[in-house]
Amino acid sequence: MQGAINFPILTLITFLPALGILIILLIPSGKDKEAIDLSKKTIKWVSLGITFIQLILAAIIYVFYNSAKTGINDINTFQFVEKVNWIHANLPLIGNIDIDYFLGIDGISVPMLLLTTIICFVAILPSFKITKAVKGYFAMYLLLDLGMVGVFCALDFFLFYVFWELMLLPMYFLIGIWGGPRKEYAAIKFFIYTLVGSVLMLLVMIGLFQSVGTFNILDMMDPANFKAGAILSGSATTLRYAAFLALFIGFAIKVPLFPFHTWLPDAHVEAPTPISVILAGVLLKMGAYGMIRIAFPIFPEAFGYFQSLIAWIGMISILYGALCALGQHRVGKRDLKKLIAYSSISHMGLVMLGLSSMRPEGMVGAIFQMFNHGTITAMLFMIVGVIYDRAHTRGLDDFGGLAKKMPVYTGIMAIAFFAAIGLPGLSGFISEVLVFLGAFKTFPVLTAVSVLSIILGAGYMLWALQKIFFGELPNKWKGPWDPTGIEYKTDDINGLELTALIPLAVIIIFLGIYPNPMIDLISGSVNHFIDLMKPFVFIGGL
Amino acid sequence: MTKDTLLLSFIVLLIPMASFLINIFFGNKLGRKSGIVGTFILGIDLALAIVAAYNKLFVFSEEPVIQTRIEWFNLGTVNFDIGIGIDNIATIMLVVVTLISFLVHLFSTVYMKGDRRYPTYFAYLGLFTFSMLGIVITNNFLLMYIFWELVGISSYLLIGFWYEKGSAANAGKKAFITNRIGDLGFFIGIMILFFTYNSFMFDDIFSGIASGKMPFNNPTMLTVTGICIFMGAIGKSAQFPLHVWLPDAMEGPTPVSALIHAATMVAAGVYLVTKVFVMFTADALTFIALTGAITAFMSASIALVQRDFKKILAFSTISQLGYMIMSLGVGGYTNGFFHLVTHAWFKAALFLTAGSVIYAMHESIHHKNDHHTDAQDIYNMGGLRKTMPWTYLTFMIATFALSGIPFTSGFLSKDGILAGTLAYANLTGGWHWVIPVLGYLAAGMTAFYMFRLTILAFHGEHKTEIARNTKENKLPILFPLVLLACLSFWFVYSSNPFEASEGWFQEKVVQPVSVVPETSQWKFLLPEMAEGQAHNQGDNPENSDVVQASPENTYLNRFHEESHHFHYLAMGISLFMAALGIMLAFMMYKFKIINAGKLEVRFKFLHSFLYNRWYFDELYQATAIVGTLALSKSLSWFDTYIVDGLVNLSSYIIRFVSRLTGLFDNYVIDGAVNMASTFTGYCGSKIRKLQTGKVQAYIVFMLLGILTMIYFFV
Repeated sequence: MQGAINFPILTLITFLPALGILIILLIPSGKDKEAIDLSKKTIKWVSLGITFIQLILAAIIYVFYNSAKTGINDINTFQFVEKVNWIHANLPLIGNIDIDYFLGIDGISVPMLLLTTIICFVAILPSFKITKAVKGYFAMYLLLDLGMVGVFCALDFFLFYVFWELMLLPMYFLIGIWGGPRKEYAAIKFFIYTLVGSVLMLLVMIGLFQSVGTFNILDMMDPANFKAGAILSGSATTLRYAAFLALFIGFAIKVPLFPFHTWLPDAHVEAPTPISVILAGVLLKMGAYGMIRIAFPIFPEAFGYFQSLIAWIGMISILYGALCALGQHRVGKRDLKKLIAYSSISHMGLVMLGLSSMRPEGMVGAIFQMFNHGTITAMLFMIVGVIYDRAHTRGLDDFGGLAKKMPVYTGIMAIAFFAAIGLPGLSGFISEVLVFLGAFKTFPVLTAVSVLSIILGAGYMLWALQKIFFGELPNKWKGPWDPTGIEYKTDDINGLELTALIPLAVIIIFLGIYPNPMIDLISGSVNHFIDLMKPFVFIGGL
Repeated sequence: MTKDTLLLSFIVLLIPMASFLINIFFGNKLGRKSGIVGTFILGIDLALAIVAAYNKLFVFSEEPVIQTRIEWFNLGTVNFDIGIGIDNIATIMLVVVTLISFLVHLFSTVYMKGDRRYPTYFAYLGLFTFSMLGIVITNNFLLMYIFWELVGISSYLLIGFWYEKGSAANAGKKAFITNRIGDLGFFIGIMILFFTYNSFMFDDIFSGIASGKMPFNNPTMLTVTGICIFMGAIGKSAQFPLHVWLPDAMEGPTPVSALIHAATMVAAGVYLVTKVFVMFTADALTFIALTGAITAFMSASIALVQRDFKKILAFSTISQLGYMIMSLGVGGYTNGFFHLVTHAWFKAALFLTAGSVIYAMHESIHHKNDHHTDAQDIYNMGGLRKTMPWTYLTFMIATFALSGIPFTSGFLSKDGILAGTLAYANLTGGWHWVIPVLGYLAAGMTAFYMFRLTILAFHGEHKTEIARNTKENKLPILFPLVLLACLSFWFVYSSNPFEASEGWFQEKVVQPVSVVPETSQWKFLLPEMAEGQAHNQGDNPENSDVVQASPENTYLNRFHEESHHFHYLAMGISLFMAALGIMLAFMMYKFKIINAGKLEVRFKFLHSFLYNRWYFDELYQATAIVGTLALSKSLSWFDTYIVDGLVNLSSYIIRFVSRLTGLFDNYVIDGAVNMASTFTGYCGSKIRKLQTGKVQAYIVFMLLGILTMIYFFV
């Protein structure tokens, strides 16, 4: 524990949702209609309260966080550290197993922690529209929240893995029960795909434990801790390369990178709005986070060996995602959610390209891009949710001329769309430019080709904008959304939706003009990270 | 104080942003007042800009550039510095932008008065003005790129302002995406520069180049970088081959066309080239000159046959931008920028007169309840001279300026450009002569199409009832016209109508000395000084704003000298070409000596080639657009059926295998188990039959057993 904070704040922020789950489960469902309504309402407000407190805690962490201490592989410069022995066993054949409950954060986890708490808080608001099995939904939601926060705080591989798996299960149910028409397919696809990644991770984890004798991630980064002759000892061995690839694929599935991405469009299309928001806003970041926290620093020479491959995959994901978003040739309707899902693949490819550069610009850009993509895409999905709730369709061809009917909504949408295409003054621009500048230093040609995405991005985003907002309003939407006037009193976006969207818009604009708070947070740790990796990687000429 | 002037220009930058914010957030409350508020704010902005410009040009004239830099953010090891700076060209641009923006605001208060989204319109104008001023006062590539993109988005919003019209929405999108193609090159150029010099600041980069540090340690890459940066200008200044967006951009409201797509935004590309002129190598400059010459010629030829009032002016704009780019390419820095300024006034005047005409036509159409007549087709006009005398007068002055007729500003600047191309061709020789030839052909065509437009729209009889019923507009529309027309006369720039170099403008805008190593630049652009001294100049390019001519030599360099020699020849040819064009226009459309209709039929192929804009749109549609869409569709297909197909296939395989396993388990493993039990059961059931329960049978078996035992053991 550090500085002014003398209580285990990371444990508190991680396990607060567990308290929420307990409260929710204890709230009686009620018998008559009034009691049921009251119970549902209470559940919703309890969840909102829990996520709000979490957000406050994250803000406290941000305030007391010292960006001069950079973490990465040095336990002394991690902050808010909590380390307690959790499992201690002496087993025959295997020997001592020591698993620590080991939490701590540095400049790479803090932005993710902030992102998670922000997204979990704002995504509660569209969740208020859930009517089916409210108790189960919010319990699952908070469990998911717990898993995500835990992943970003854990510094013990075993603990990391537990949180990682913990968040998988609620996600499966949230898509599978509260999702759209093909929810079962999407949920099982998501589950199995991610599980494949988990299995790969598990294998490597066991191998690393065999070689190091502990699950401590920081210890694994030091080659001196590897036992002589153990399977993953040494440097640049085939087994280490294989282990790196296994971890990489495990995390790449989550990012997702081409060609492991096809679960994403299905999951997004079928998931309910708030879950899409969390999926795009937070879950995708875990893959990239896992790479930075685990895969790259533990196997630096393997990263160096596969560095160009990773850059290639980044470039392919960028262009492939953008072209697929432009293509939208799926059987059936052209779906706005699917378009955004593919754009996510493109934007996460950018993160990969930045990471592969091993330049401060590229890596800071990549982590900043993770944060920005989280907020921007969360906004985009909520915006789609707004219209889907009213029109019960998201088909790109079903709309037109909405700008006239919903001017405020159009303004908010424009901010999100322009942020997604990297308009200056909005946060996406800075991270995109940083990534390109850094990647260009290491991989000039690949990056120059990747920059094509700024044209493709403008292409599909403006096309979608035009399809939905410009032109003539189709006759079927000419009247009010809700003729009874109960659910939607006006044509335009309502207060609840604005409450969820405006904070995100403010963050996007603020960081677009004054990115320093986020960049100061990240850059110290990134420079530390690069120093760690430098002996093993290629950083280009000049 | 110099810092005060800098601060003042920073305030000039911020004020339009205030207009944007006020109108976007309080526009609905302000209602019709938002236009007045916007105009008022811009009026203040203009006044401050004039003060700033005066201070820079006349009070602090010995200071080449007043600038500042601050750190935006830093990554520990890498700094991102930005800053603003004003030199002479920047302050002149400040006045150009704010004045035209102010006039357009004023004009729009009437022109847009019936519009449903009146406050939004003024908000967008404010946003645009802010972004454009940002381009003007930046002193680094990072801010340049940022404001570059912001200008792009405000242009997108304003072109598509009437988004209910599909064509307007399409035009906005087309403009934005075409510009982004140019920006792609621009951005790659910036990446190369940042990679090499680790800075975005012009000063750092220029001194880096001057010190001999080359991108990728290869002088050719400096040319490539220069061309990459120039690609940004190709997009924004609508140069060949990315010019296709500008004619479509005329879908926007006409005052917007005047502000953005004639006077300011499209000039941003030219301004960019001017700003970073010192870093272009000889090869890059040749590329620039040729691009400009082709653009000037091509679009002038297209303008010859167009029917739409605004489209003719749009192609004329492209052509004139080509002139500016060409001038910069051949080394005529001062004249290129000079033409930018003179063109800004008279082209804004032309567009606003077009707005005035279209507005009057619309009012007339509205009066008649006619919904079929195209208010912008010049074949529906005619005789407007009588109904709209003030509009006609200002239009004529601007037309004279555009056609390069003496006593106008356009004559001064165009003449300088053409003299420069002749000097350039003479100094370099060979195929470079094609550049002045294209330039002069364009000059002739310009005079022709402008007088064709004048005669068809304003002269003769009213071609329609609507044209007959047009009325002259009110003061808010006429005042900008008159002011801009006044600014199109020679005396604004020089006391001698035939010699621009005697005026204040050419004295203040002096060609800087290139920082490019001597081997990669034109010899004739090297300063006319003792050998060796030239190098010292490179360290601080802006220093050269102050003329440093040696006593025996009043010329900056060979090019400057040569241009002077060609001055009168150039003027002569230029006047001849203009006269020829005007004469032809009168013969064809006024006196009908040459039958335009017959010519059209006789050269049908040529006519449709020109009318269809050299088929560039069709070409791009058939190649780039269809290609990209086909690629994206096939990738989408690939994603659905191959990548995802493989995923699903693997799940089918697993399911198939598990079914096989299931069958095996059911029939083989479980079968064996069941068989064992069946067998046991079977045996049991068979053996059970022995258990008859009859004592007699048991006795018989027992006896048999005993007998068997006796047999064996005894």
